[in-house]
Amino acid sequence: MTITLKVDGKSPDRIPDMKQGLVGTEIARPEGPLKVTGQAPYAAEDLPEGCAFGTLVRAPRWGKVNLRNEERLAAMPGVLSVLRDPAMIRRTAQGGAGKAPAQGMDEADFAGQSVALIVAESFEVARDAARAAVVAVDGPAPAVDPDQQETEGEPDSHGDLEAAMRGAAHALDVTYTTPSMAAAAMEPHAAVAWWDGDGVTVRTSLQMLKHNRKELADCLGIDPSRVRVLSPYVGGGFGSKLGVSPEAVAAALAAKTLGRPVCVVQERRQVFELVNRRSESRQRIRLAADEDGRLVGLGHEALVSNLPDEGFSEPVTQASHFAYAAENRLIGNRVARVRRPNAGSVRAPGEAIGVTAFECAMDELASALDLDPIALRLRNIPDAHPETGQPFSSHKLAQVLTEGAERFGWQDRDPAPRQRREGEWWIGTGVSAAFRVNLLTEAEARITLTSDGARVDTDMTDIGTGTYAILTQIAGEALGLPQGRVTVRLGDTDLPPGSGSGGSFGAASTGSAVWLAALDLRQQLATRLGCDEADLTLQDGEARVANTRQPITEILKGDTLTGHGHVQKGEAAQKVRQATYGAHFAEAAVNDVTGEVRVRRMLGSFAAGRILNPRTARSQCHGGMTWGIGMALTEGLVFDRRDGHVVNRDLAEYHVPVNADVPPLDVHFVDEHDPWTGPLLAKGIGELAICGAGAAVLNAVHHACGVRIRDWPATPDKVLAGLDGWPVPATAGSD
Amino acid sequence: MRPFDYHRARDLQDAQTDYVSGAAFIAGGTNLLDLMKLQVMTPERLVDISRLGLDRIEDDGDGLRIGATVTNSDLAADPRVRRRWPVLSRALLAGASGQLRNKATTGGNLLQRTRCPYFYDPDTPCNKRDPGSGCAAMGGELRNHAVLGTSAHCLALSPGDMPVALRALDAVIEIRGTDGRTRAQPMEGFHRLPGDTPERETVLDPGELITAVRLPAPRGDRQVYRKVRDRASYAFALVSVAAVLRLEGGVISHAALGFGGLGTVPWRDPEVDALLTAERPSAALFDEAATLLLRGAEPREGTAFKLPLARRVLRAVLEEATQ
Ligand SMILES: Cc1cc2nc3c(=O)[nH]c(=O)nc-3n(C[C@H](O)[C@H](O)[C@H](O)COP(=O)(O)OP(=O)(O)OC[C@H]3O[C@@H](n4cnc5c(N)ncnc54)[C@H](O)[C@@H]3O)c2cc1C
Repeated sequence: MTITLKVDGKSPDRIPDMKQGLVGTEIARPEGPLKVTGQAPYAAEDLPEGCAFGTLVRAPRWGKVNLRNEERLAAMPGVLSVLRDPAMIRRTAQGGAGKAPAQGMDEADFAGQSVALIVAESFEVARDAARAAVVAVDGPAPAVDPDQQETEGEPDSHGDLEAAMRGAAHALDVTYTTPSMAAAAMEPHAAVAWWDGDGVTVRTSLQMLKHNRKELADCLGIDPSRVRVLSPYVGGGFGSKLGVSPEAVAAALAAKTLGRPVCVVQERRQVFELVNRRSESRQRIRLAADEDGRLVGLGHEALVSNLPDEGFSEPVTQASHFAYAAENRLIGNRVARVRRPNAGSVRAPGEAIGVTAFECAMDELASALDLDPIALRLRNIPDAHPETGQPFSSHKLAQVLTEGAERFGWQDRDPAPRQRREGEWWIGTGVSAAFRVNLLTEAEARITLTSDGARVDTDMTDIGTGTYAILTQIAGEALGLPQGRVTVRLGDTDLPPGSGSGGSFGAASTGSAVWLAALDLRQQLATRLGCDEADLTLQDGEARVANTRQPITEILKGDTLTGHGHVQKGEAAQKVRQATYGAHFAEAAVNDVTGEVRVRRMLGSFAAGRILNPRTARSQCHGGMTWGIGMALTEGLVFDRRDGHVVNRDLAEYHVPVNADVPPLDVHFVDEHDPWTGPLLAKGIGELAICGAGAAVLNAVHHACGVRIRDWPATPDKVLAGLDGWPVPATAGSD
Repeated sequence: MRPFDYHRARDLQDAQTDYVSGAAFIAGGTNLLDLMKLQVMTPERLVDISRLGLDRIEDDGDGLRIGATVTNSDLAADPRVRRRWPVLSRALLAGASGQLRNKATTGGNLLQRTRCPYFYDPDTPCNKRDPGSGCAAMGGELRNHAVLGTSAHCLALSPGDMPVALRALDAVIEIRGTDGRTRAQPMEGFHRLPGDTPERETVLDPGELITAVRLPAPRGDRQVYRKVRDRASYAFALVSVAAVLRLEGGVISHAALGFGGLGTVPWRDPEVDALLTAERPSAALFDEAATLLLRGAEPREGTAFKLPLARRVLRAVLEEATQ
């Protein structure tokens, strides 16, 4: 049997009836010890016998490709093959694509694309041959600057924003620019492929295996049933591993050609080019407010970029549709077509930069109105979706702001900027709201119950988020088993298809599938006991019905029971607007001599439904807040203005925050009971914590020293230009 | 594959006999190995100098003699250095990361190569990497590039922190020539301006070995190292200043300033030092020093910010050192 649930409306909350007490507790990750002792093999750390090694060859610019010395490369000692198969892919697939991205090695769509694979007996030989490749590329000067292109896309309009701006007591019209950003996951993209007859197994580092399997099958021209994908451990994804990437397809093709396993790992410098980047953006934000700070008009127009034939465009304005009330609205995205590496989903695509810029603009408006920035936000919380009229499934913005403010100590804040100074440092605080759409997607899971305990099986991935932990908890809770008697197997397409990790929907989606599979087992146990499932209490390996208790093992009588769960997105997604809400608070110090910014403390206050495991949830929030610091202060891909190649493509030059940049981060969860999100009442969290985090930092910078940085990141040169009234030096290519 | 031989030298003589054309000495390897992986440097032979007993810090009259393979971590932590040459300790600790400093050596640090991203990218022309091929940085994206000492052939910045402090401390580099004789080379003149041979970065000839760095007794007790960077740690200097000053009766009697983040070599300007010497500290004087320092600077789009930044940092450092 399978219990299938299509989430069309509210779900009853049954977790409080369960007695094991695992859900909501801080269990440690079951796979944690393996990871920290180096025993959890990542994609390229578990190589089959006889494995050959491949390195992708780079095109130095865009255009028609001619590999000049192919024969010489093939003849290099130790080289097994120079592969330029038309099935090889030119970029990473978009998340959930389920089909091949652009294929063929005769064109380079952007500088840095891979145009061949060299396979050799050793990694060193393959790498050397890849370096020796003479790649001639023939093409006109590429379009690389998004600001200089024709654009596509029209904004949605409600009412008349222009008129509202003209008539408003206060009107703000500002433009923010945000650089392109890299996910910069620790584990580089890697794949090991081997064939068994006409079936291929690819051990790789990907986030959404059921889609990746189809993408690989489509690339290889075979049926998905003949592709097995393994990703038991993923060393960070952040969206960069949503879709299949060039090394995986190349490894599979090479393994077929050579009749032996092939391992291809992207070098760090390749990861910065071959993996989908977050688009840069230019965001025009207009706010029209009445005397009391009520918004009468709101405009959010974004310009993003992508390759000419890509469907994805960073949905910068996604949350602006529902975040704040205002009658007159103009919201939308435009896309410029440029020869920069493929743009795709990076952690909280859209809101990460869209909410962050918008929340900076809200701070500007609060300053102009002489109104507390929290009060401004509280005044503009809509009763229902401002454009569609949909009710909100739950709306916790007011609570996250007020509870966060109290914990952070916002109340004593002097609103005027440039008031607090310690030596050379200006000190200030800033606040931002956070919004992120909440998603549920189809997922399946199976639980096998034996006298040893329960084993959860799904092709879901754990990309460092804590999936192993929370699925253990959910199964243990429903089946009355302690943590030690539940094992979780993930990351194998031979297992039932879970949701994959993306869009923060993993916990709620695959978690629900596991829950339903456990309900299936509970029903089977109840049948054996002749009672109603609802009357069954399972705890510590025992079943209790009325006054009788019996070990679960006795009920099983040596049998193996299997439960299946299947959750599907239903009409709930249309009936109500589901979202998660948060508030970020930051204290920043700005050096008056150098323009350097140091974040001193941050507090994030979040409402994300039921918190399944506070420890792993908090860790997600720490990550998101840290990304916010990077977005505000340090991160940005730099593209060469002549050919569009990524200039800063290593971790020394692409500046993610290091430990010294990250102060104590406090995380507070607001209780939320949102029955629309599925049977667990859980919501997404990993992405929420990045949305707006950078705005709290940048608003704190303004409060500290009076400088608004509208061109991110706020590096010392830009802060200094503001501090001293120097003209901002053009920041070459970092747009 | 590019095979290379590896030889672990037993002693100085052995190290140098073993050095053949196309070889490279390897110390901590933190710079060399990265560049080898990218094939920016392609030595055919590595001569490992890490076990030659050059890892000692010894008293040297009233100064110190620092062996070439003393690690950055050990040097920064040495109590003598921390007490009498604190600017050196600070400069070292401002560089790289703890893990790198544990491997990086004194000699290697002096010879670390530029971080110009075009130098690191063999798909672009670079006169330093590939003499005569051109300079991709010109007309490209600049930030970590020099504004002082540049030439029509190269804008590459000297990235190090330690060498900036060594300049202000009048350190002397002990070089063992291929003939086995040791000579003393002041920091001044050790690094070469790029001119039309940006590939030649120092006065070392092939096969010559740095054996030690000598620190004379500090000529100033007021020592400051200040580094401005794009993140709190693990980033190269946008601008850095090393100051070694002495004040007598309210008058600056010794001034030695080293600068990082600005020059194609670790920068020191004798005229700036002279301007400050025998003067009373004042804001006007510090400003004048900055103007003098930057008189020949060539700011470009992307590096122009370094001028006002250097001015501000210099002023702050001098204020701190003369308080
Ligand atoms: C990510 C990163 C960040 C960094 N950040 C900073 C920073 O902020 N500030 C900073 O100053 N540095 C920084 N560094 C550079 C670091 O300080 C240097 O890599 C290190 O000092 C080099 O020392 P090493 O012993 O490892 O040299 P090696 O890599 O072993 O050698 C470097 C060069 O010196 C030659 N050589 C070494 N010793 C001798 C000798 N005794 N005689 C003759 N030739 C010799 C080698 O042949 C080679 O050409 C950073 C490095 C990295 C990788």
